[in-house]
Amino acid sequence: MSTSDVTKQGMRGARPGREALTGSKRVRRRRGDRHAMVPEAEFRSYYGKPVLNQVPWAATDIAGYLFLGGLAGASSVLAAGAELTGRPDLARAMKVGALGAISGSVVALVHDLGRPARFVNMLRVCKPSSPMSMGSWLLAGYGPLAGAAAATSVTGLFPRLGTAATLGAGLVGPAVASYTAPLICDTAVPSWHEGYRQMPFVFVGSGAAAAGGLGMLAAPVGQAGPARRAAVLGAGLELAATELMERRMGMVAEPYRTGRAGALMRAAKTLTAAGAVGGALLGGRSRLASALSGAALIAGSACTRFGVFHAGVQSAADPKYTVVPQRERVRESGLISDQPKVPKAREASEPAAG
Amino acid sequence: MGFFTDTSVCIGCKACEVACKEWNMIPEDGLNFTGMSYDNSEGLSADTWRHVAFIEQRLPLGEQETSGARPASAGGGGAPVDLGMPSFDLPGAQTGEAERGDFRWLMSSDVCKHCTHAACLDVCPTGSLFRTEYGTVVVQEDICNGCGYCVPACPYGVIDKREDDGRVWKCTLCYDRLGDGLEPACAKACPTDSIQFGDLDELRERAAGRVERLHEEGITSARLYGDDPDDGVGGAGAFFLLLDEPEVYGLPPDPVVTTRDLPDIWKHAGVAALTLLAGLTATFVRRRG
Ligand code: SF4
Ligand code: SF4
Repeated sequence: MSTSDVTKQGMRGARPGREALTGSKRVRRRRGDRHAMVPEAEFRSYYGKPVLNQVPWAATDIAGYLFLGGLAGASSVLAAGAELTGRPDLARAMKVGALGAISGSVVALVHDLGRPARFVNMLRVCKPSSPMSMGSWLLAGYGPLAGAAAATSVTGLFPRLGTAATLGAGLVGPAVASYTAPLICDTAVPSWHEGYRQMPFVFVGSGAAAAGGLGMLAAPVGQAGPARRAAVLGAGLELAATELMERRMGMVAEPYRTGRAGALMRAAKTLTAAGAVGGALLGGRSRLASALSGAALIAGSACTRFGVFHAGVQSAADPKYTVVPQRERVRESGLISDQPKVPKAREASEPAAG
Repeated sequence: MGFFTDTSVCIGCKACEVACKEWNMIPEDGLNFTGMSYDNSEGLSADTWRHVAFIEQRLPLGEQETSGARPASAGGGGAPVDLGMPSFDLPGAQTGEAERGDFRWLMSSDVCKHCTHAACLDVCPTGSLFRTEYGTVVVQEDICNGCGYCVPACPYGVIDKREDDGRVWKCTLCYDRLGDGLEPACAKACPTDSIQFGDLDELRERAAGRVERLHEEGITSARLYGDDPDDGVGGAGAFFLLLDEPEVYGLPPDPVVTTRDLPDIWKHAGVAALTLLAGLTATFVRRRG
């Protein structure tokens, strides 16, 4: 009641509540207290409740969106290369794959938003400080290019336009494949934000592996050479970047190794490595081996995205991952907290009490 | 304009929570026995814009006066008069003071910090979140897209999505009341003036004085949180006087606005995109497959 200025002492400007001193008398310390205390936990929190609010995204929508975006972007680059080097079957497969993937990702996004008009609403503003805003504009530019590339390739109409669209999509593709890393890293979610240096490489590697896998799955062995090499390169980059990321992250890497995220990340590693090795050794000889390796690579890439997604969710759910690194930072910088902690405060007041 | 919440005088009455709900017509979101404490609203969410945390600790805050009699010096006028009311002993009174366990309750009313560098505002792709003429951060419900991006961006876990309408909600610092020259509903309702509303510079001055006073009284654990314009979010429009570390109240110890790293984030993504383009180009150049 900050406007109530009627007190027992009459009308006063000073607000009574503010000057109250709760338990301001000095503490008398009794012997043996310290031992009676619960040993200090590794970190403290409000009844173990998370500091952050949980990511409100559904895994299938957003992790699916991350996966499909990577697949589409990298497929468009392969499509452009195949077009320029005269591999029509590979080119067509990659163009159709890119269109399918990007359509799927837009559907996932719209499903997450609730209704299609909301996607259009995204184009109200253009904000570099929001990766989601940038991404919406990228999709708005890339989608029609990928669509035109696929449509002309399938129907055989307007070949010139088709080539232009293919090359255009191939140039925008890498941005589509990589912007999803800033999308999730530009958050306070510890296991996402801390990985922002390596995450784009994990994502483009994973995208290239998936696109290579798609090429191996859909194009004849004779034309799929670049797809196989793309898969090997991509898988290598993805595995190396993931390894580096987990090492650099410190304790915040834990969610990548535990629970659902851990299982998905392990599956991703196995599938990706198996697909890349199988593709490199046997993909050139057997159509079946090529298709199987391709499918493993695509599945591996999807597992990576779902794994990364769940690792973020797990890290936001446990206050430890928010509190402990920040506490460390405070301690190292020495910026705050030479203020004593509570138990010390009690000791500090001891002499005065004596 | 902003809030100074002095938790040392908070009595945990939750009047602010109720006043906020009433004024802003926030839907009921269930009062649950959480099983963790007497706190039944758990934390800030789309439908809880003020949240009073109750923290039970085995620590003495000071020697608290628990007997009914006031010392004569307090102006109470001697011994209490027996009114013939039914009575019972205070818990622990039988065992004697020495046997009583230490116990204190920390209470703190949490709210959106209205950060100077607000991550929620930075990442919003629709421009739905904006900064008002009072320096506060407000969501425009008619523009919000429900993308939910602001939710994981907030380092304090404040803004949240309301499940049934798909949009996000949080404290507006009673934007509508400010326009009419009224103070926010929570500050108005707070019976102990734990929540104070006003000009931030003035509040900071007042807060500094208050901390000094508490320190003089031997409560050395008192500290300010969120008042420093040089901190990770550029200082907050709502800051606090706490009696323990921030994490005990469910607050992050050293929050940093996520977009501080964004230029670097974009740079790494750019290099990755070029790596992808170059790498995939190389798969065609190396040899004919
Ligand atoms: S506390 Fe969170 S919701 Fe409030 S202004 Fe800061 S970032 Fe936004
Ligand atoms: S949920 Fe609404 S306010 Fe939050 S970032 Fe999306 S559009 Fe902006």
